[in-house]
Amino acid sequence: MAGAGGGGGVGGGPAPMGGSDLQWCFSQVKGAIDEDVAEADIISTVEFNYSGDLLATGDKGGRVVIFQKEQENKSRPHSRGEYNVYSTFQSHEPEFDYLKSLEIEEKINKIRWLPQQNAAHFLLSTNDKTIKLWKISERDKRAEGYNLKDEDGRLRDPFRITALRVPILKPMDLMVEASPRRIFANAHTYHINSISVNSDHETYLSADDLRVNLWHLEITDRSFNIVDIKPVNMEELTEVITAAEFHPHQCNVFVYSSSKGTIRLCDMRSSALCDRHSKFFEEPEDPSSRSFFSEIISSISDVKFSHSGRYMMTRDYLSVKVWDLNMETRPVETYQVHEYLRSKLCSLYENDCIFDKFECCWNGSDGALMTGSYNNFFRMFDRSTRRDVTLEASRESSKPRAILKPRKVCTGGKRRKDEISVDSLDFNKKILHTAWHPLQNIIAVAATNNLYIFQDKVN
Amino acid sequence: MAGAAGPGRVPGAAGGDGDDSLYPIAVLIDELRNEDVQLRLNSIKKLSTIALALGVERTRTELLPFLTDTIYDEDEVLLALAEQLGNFTVLVGGPDFAHCLLPPLESLATVEETVVRDKAVESLRQISQEHTPVALEAHFVPLVKRLASGDWFTSRTSACGLFSVCYPRASSTVKAEIRQHFCSLCSDDTPMVRRAAASKLGEFAKVLELESVKNEIVPLFTNLASDEQDSVRLLAVEACVSIAQLLSQNDLETLVMPTLRQAAEDKSWRVRYMVADKFSELQKAVGPEITQNDLVPAFQNLLKDCEAEVRAAAAHKVKELCENLPVDGRETIIMNHILPFVKELVSDSNQHVKSALASVIMGLSTILGKENTIEHLLPLFLAQLKDECPEVRLNIISNLDCVNEVIGIRQLSQSLLPAIVELAEDAKWRVRLAIIEYMPLLAGQLGVEFFDEKLNSLCMAWLVDHVYAIREAATNNLMKLVEKFGADWAQNTIVPKVLGMANDPNYLHRMTTLFCINALSEACGQEITTKQMLPIVLKMAGDQVANVRFNVAKSLQKIGPILDSSALHVEVKPVLQKLGQDEDMDVKYFAQEAINVLALA
Repeated sequence: MAGAGGGGGVGGGPAPMGGSDLQWCFSQVKGAIDEDVAEADIISTVEFNYSGDLLATGDKGGRVVIFQKEQENKSRPHSRGEYNVYSTFQSHEPEFDYLKSLEIEEKINKIRWLPQQNAAHFLLSTNDKTIKLWKISERDKRAEGYNLKDEDGRLRDPFRITALRVPILKPMDLMVEASPRRIFANAHTYHINSISVNSDHETYLSADDLRVNLWHLEITDRSFNIVDIKPVNMEELTEVITAAEFHPHQCNVFVYSSSKGTIRLCDMRSSALCDRHSKFFEEPEDPSSRSFFSEIISSISDVKFSHSGRYMMTRDYLSVKVWDLNMETRPVETYQVHEYLRSKLCSLYENDCIFDKFECCWNGSDGALMTGSYNNFFRMFDRSTRRDVTLEASRESSKPRAILKPRKVCTGGKRRKDEISVDSLDFNKKILHTAWHPLQNIIAVAATNNLYIFQDKVN
Repeated sequence: MAGAAGPGRVPGAAGGDGDDSLYPIAVLIDELRNEDVQLRLNSIKKLSTIALALGVERTRTELLPFLTDTIYDEDEVLLALAEQLGNFTVLVGGPDFAHCLLPPLESLATVEETVVRDKAVESLRQISQEHTPVALEAHFVPLVKRLASGDWFTSRTSACGLFSVCYPRASSTVKAEIRQHFCSLCSDDTPMVRRAAASKLGEFAKVLELESVKNEIVPLFTNLASDEQDSVRLLAVEACVSIAQLLSQNDLETLVMPTLRQAAEDKSWRVRYMVADKFSELQKAVGPEITQNDLVPAFQNLLKDCEAEVRAAAAHKVKELCENLPVDGRETIIMNHILPFVKELVSDSNQHVKSALASVIMGLSTILGKENTIEHLLPLFLAQLKDECPEVRLNIISNLDCVNEVIGIRQLSQSLLPAIVELAEDAKWRVRLAIIEYMPLLAGQLGVEFFDEKLNSLCMAWLVDHVYAIREAATNNLMKLVEKFGADWAQNTIVPKVLGMANDPNYLHRMTTLFCINALSEACGQEITTKQMLPIVLKMAGDQVANVRFNVAKSLQKIGPILDSSALHVEVKPVLQKLGQDEDMDVKYFAQEAINVLALA
């Protein structure tokens, strides 16, 4: 591995992630191999549950697929906890709003797991308008024995019932059921971009372009509006809400990011309506780099609190920033994701790529970050060493336990071996959604209709 | 399955050698697993019938084990099951076997659906009373401990509700263990469990020895009241009420009051809201002295809180707080310490606060008496009657009776009238609807003269409102007015105007005439109905609009019983017969219906 590429700079050598010299190897790929991708199969969200044993994906066809991590198997030492399909269900269907003459897509925008409360698992899934609470439960027993029919299902003569039979439970093959438990509808005029479960375990928020609502998980007919940035006159609209999230531990704190590149932190203790933020995170703009695209590329596409709750990470078009909640004036860390695209903004604007919403995630110990890029590349940043790496999710390297080679994009000048030129990047292959196992070095990367799972190399 | 239960298939007594009384039970048992949730629910609700047929032995050994594992079902089925099992003791063989019911209820107590869990806990509490003291320690207490140390927080939350029922009957060693378990749930990792513990803290405190309350419950209460989650802290306020009732004034001052003071000034508005919301209960629990020294100043702060939700909750409590002050010195406290803050709220920036205040402020007049009311409260009432928010005005008007008793309504009538007129013409029909509903009350208090002079025209104007709900309410309003002022008044003031509308070019207004007649005929009596109303109704049978004609048929059906039989046969019958031949289907239908109901065929 050490052989790959020179050190330093963008896309530098093999990066030690999470403290030790960590190398990533291919584990699994899910989804069809065809070049022909059906729109409905495109993965639109990826999320691990709190233990990391379950991994949920949502797609543009409104389906949710849940993968379960297999128990590690002594007899097959090399199969380390692979993820296999546990349950698949249709979460949302396409709908039509007759009042507004609008089609409501079935695309799953976000999935959030609830902390586990009993043997069953629960998750929230949302499309543009409606949030649903799903229960995923197992059944391994079946009742047997009827009074009015015999074992083969033939009806018995009702005249000949001489004794009552109480059904007996017999073991059966494990069956996983997904059932809709609650439907939270009719509270959003605009498109829902985020949902986030509160640490009090009884409420969650949902955010659309202009409003944030607070729900009780058990009440579907009522939600409280906690942020409303809709101006009286819509022509005065200058910014929209792009993402929102609850603090992982403080039940009263949440943040929301805006298209202007700012983040507001609100304290629900101070008032019922959180229109007035208690903290405002904004980095002063560098006048020298100002351009026509400045405002577009500064729009924040995702915001995530660190597990510790001390930091938050934001993703804009070209960078990832880490903010200390105690410092509002500038981020404590800034990582360039694909700086080489700065010269290409014009064509990215023309093909609409500049509006792509990349998400970002923390690793379990908050020591490393991951986010996506184009050409099926994704990036990881180690916070302590400040080293970064570009990896590729591709079929070519999808041999079992094959170690992922760091990729490098060359920016002008002479292209070295193993480097790829900016001009040959495929902008249709974008990695928008990634997830990191909360406890282990296992990552899930959604590349169009394929879900790649990578693990760290064990010796 | 369902088909087999049909009456045609029920076997007769003669015939087979089976016991035919078993058949319906067999159906019920099979339907416990029917695909149709309604049939399953039906069977669960008849679980006692099944158990009775099986006998106590088989119920214990077969039915209950089956039910214990049937927790996959829909919530409503589980809810019904949890409820049934609470009354099952007799069916399993009486108190000696009550513990057999614990396993199914234990599994129901761990499901995620709160209503089901709560019902299971309720049934467990019920059954605990039927356990012998020995069985309680042998079976019930271990169940509580199991739930309390369960892996999932659903089981731990359920445990919180069971401590108070087993504690009083347990031996002293077991008591100590129970207290220990409760204590650890109060500092559980999940907020769900801490909330459950906080909400049961008061109940648990009531069954504890006073020493334990002071030494163990109070520290738990203090901890919960300073929990990091405000959703937990706010529940501690409720516990405060119960704990305060158990302690002496001295203990109260040292053990509870510091926490309560802190809650009233909590950083989170939800906690302060809770204090405001529970204020009357707190006031009763801490007694007059602490109320005067501590709660009144706290209340002042709540009335001027920076969060409108808190001010509104406090405003709602103004009357109750004043009522519950000791009569001795009450007036002084209110005049000097409450009223100045109330005055501020009259011009609050938030309409919910003003409207909360408007819903109770009139009640102060009975407490403060005539002179204070005229001098201090009347200006506030008048200001609120002119408030820009209709809800505020409505709330004042709807509570006029309180003032009427103290100073008479005349004092207000000059301001009242413009307020009523404005509401009556409000652009929002719901506001108009609300004021219509107060008309009979107002009419009663203002008297017939004032009404005729000022309000009658409003009532008539509503009859031709462009919103149906208003016309409908206006019709009912007329009926109530007639009940109040009598038939003579109706004949002179209302009936002519109503009947005049029968010639209105708008068919909706013509129909309103019919609706009014439907509503008024009974109150007006036979003479007015026959002489004045009936001719108009009959004339309208020739209306060109079918909707009017079939409403004539309906009206005739309605007023028929009030008419004498000659009018019925001579006048009504031919008209209905003619309508029965109408070209319109609906007219024919309603005419025929009227003929049948009035027995004119």
